[in-house]
Amino acid sequence: MAEIAIRNVAKTYGKTRIMEGVNLTIRNGEFVVILGPSGCGKSTLLRLIAGLEEITAGEIAIAGQVVNDLEPRERGCAMVFQNYALYPHMTVAENIGYALKVAGVPKAERQARIAATAASVGLGDFLDRRPGQLSGGQRQRVAMARAIIREPKVFLFDEPLSNLDAKLRVQMRHEIRRIHTRIKATSIFVTHDQHEGMTLADRLVVMNKGTIEQVGTPDEIYDRPASLYVAGFIGSPAMSFLPGRVDAGRQALMLESGAALPLPRALAQAAAGRLVQAGLRPETLSLTAPGKGQIDARVDFVEELGAERLYHLMVEDLPLSVLSSEKVRPAEGAPIGVSVPLGALHLFDADTGRRIEPQAAETPVAVTA
Amino acid sequence: MIERTPVLNLMTHLILGLGLAIILVPVWLAIVAATLTLQEVNTAPVELWPGDQFWPNLKEAWAQSDFGPKFVNSFIVAVGVVVGKVTLACITAFALVFFDFRGRMLIFWAIFITLMLPLEVRIVPTYAVAANALSPFQTILDATGISWLLNTLSGIEVSLEWNLLNSYTGLILPLVATATGTFLYRQFFLTIPDELVEAARMDGAGPLRFLWDVLIPLSKTNIAALATIMFVYAWNQYLWPLLVITDRANYGMVVVQLSDLVPDQLTTGGGTPTWHLAMAATLVVMLPPIAVVIFMQRWFVRGLINTDK
Repeated sequence: MAEIAIRNVAKTYGKTRIMEGVNLTIRNGEFVVILGPSGCGKSTLLRLIAGLEEITAGEIAIAGQVVNDLEPRERGCAMVFQNYALYPHMTVAENIGYALKVAGVPKAERQARIAATAASVGLGDFLDRRPGQLSGGQRQRVAMARAIIREPKVFLFDEPLSNLDAKLRVQMRHEIRRIHTRIKATSIFVTHDQHEGMTLADRLVVMNKGTIEQVGTPDEIYDRPASLYVAGFIGSPAMSFLPGRVDAGRQALMLESGAALPLPRALAQAAAGRLVQAGLRPETLSLTAPGKGQIDARVDFVEELGAERLYHLMVEDLPLSVLSSEKVRPAEGAPIGVSVPLGALHLFDADTGRRIEPQAAETPVAVTA
Repeated sequence: MIERTPVLNLMTHLILGLGLAIILVPVWLAIVAATLTLQEVNTAPVELWPGDQFWPNLKEAWAQSDFGPKFVNSFIVAVGVVVGKVTLACITAFALVFFDFRGRMLIFWAIFITLMLPLEVRIVPTYAVAANALSPFQTILDATGISWLLNTLSGIEVSLEWNLLNSYTGLILPLVATATGTFLYRQFFLTIPDELVEAARMDGAGPLRFLWDVLIPLSKTNIAALATIMFVYAWNQYLWPLLVITDRANYGMVVVQLSDLVPDQLTTGGGTPTWHLAMAATLVVMLPPIAVVIFMQRWFVRGLINTDK
């Protein structure tokens, strides 16, 4: 168990910068998920922590000790790989116990620990099989058992579930969470799947192009995305964006399509006069009769999701999605109204893409009603 | 390509059968000749069915060429070459694939290019080195003036010498250093996923541990393939033993001895050619490589197929 501190870490391959100025502190026993699209540097960050690659600049400390120059085995990390990376010529028991064998643990103790670890992940009956004779889920368990048996200070997961089918993935997700609550090692889990990230994480780290966009609990990130990028990446179905300008006098966002969306007073003041992108989560909007809502749109097509329907609308030539459990099925191209509740808008600066927060209590309360 | 073409199938089988016959007929003739007497083997037309003289013929050939100790010599050399090559090629390829060092590709190509320089091509320089294995160092010392310096300073004349002629070392070493094995291993090592290497690093295994616990068990079939090929290669060496071994009584190899049994103007002195002895000896000399190939065949084929992945 250990705290991990990442300070100003950068990584370059030759002349290409992969990562720059990454700062992150992971608390003892915390489960952190690093989320981002492929190529954003999330796996590289994990490998830098593991010591599989050398950092170009900066510092990484595990449990207060700077580990920049330590070999992976000296860092006290265990890793679960995407393709499991089991030794094909060894049995399940040998795979699980290999780290102990290398460390010179006596055979009797080793076998006792192998049996206990294997049983804890439900592999008790498979100890004599080879990886080639196991299913994907079982191989994944072997890979986890191999990491658990070392009783590591830090657990690293490199997209471990991406090779499993959907049902098994959910099941393994619960299992990983269960193991974490049991052994309480500091864990870092890399994935591109936001559901995985949302369900597993104590804290989420969203990465983009080698930098950290936002760090926060899953609901913080969902409720208050720090940038256009995070807003578009987190949430499914994805957020829609409409450009506009904030009119402080009318306390409204004037969309380019001409519609006016009322804003909370503090937010309108904070963004007064600025060009913004307004982010709208599909699940916060609702449909109304044409002309009755704040936004007038046209139906593009409707996606049936079972319990709900996802309405893909067009506001002039910009897409806008609404998630609704209403069972209306309007014709394609039909006009429709969208009602936007006050406070459902996320505003992002059109130039920088950063979130605009309402000016909090320091703004004096209104003089007139 | 899967097609239903009965006529073509028949044709291919005919061609295969023909090829088999071309290979087997001479072997059959050798077996027949080995079982006949001197008179029978020299009568025309050629006898096509074996006689009963195999054991007497073999006994005579064995005694005449002193095969007993020569077989031991051949075994020592063949096994030495196999072990040397399997080991050397493995660690060379290991260094080339899993370590990142300056000039890695240059070294790989330098090794690779020696594929184009078999022993027969570089036989004169190789012989010179075998005659004095330290001569390259002597040349370096002379050229750089170090030996001159030592001579003028201390009066000692530097003259390095390590003669490998007429020794097992001399027979084995030049055959060990070739590129085929390194290349075979390298191609296999390249198919090992990076994650496996990293998993071993996370498990705390150092490079040698990884080589011993993971790479070597995984390359069993490659080792078998290489060992088979190299055993046959070393066993069949003729030119090199002929050159480096002048003390044939102690270091002669069977293949060289066999050539003495083949009748020509020198051996029979114009007498009746003793083909029956030559053929009986041939059959025995052929046996060890055949046995190795048959014994290793299962592994050997798998090893060669694996490298194509």
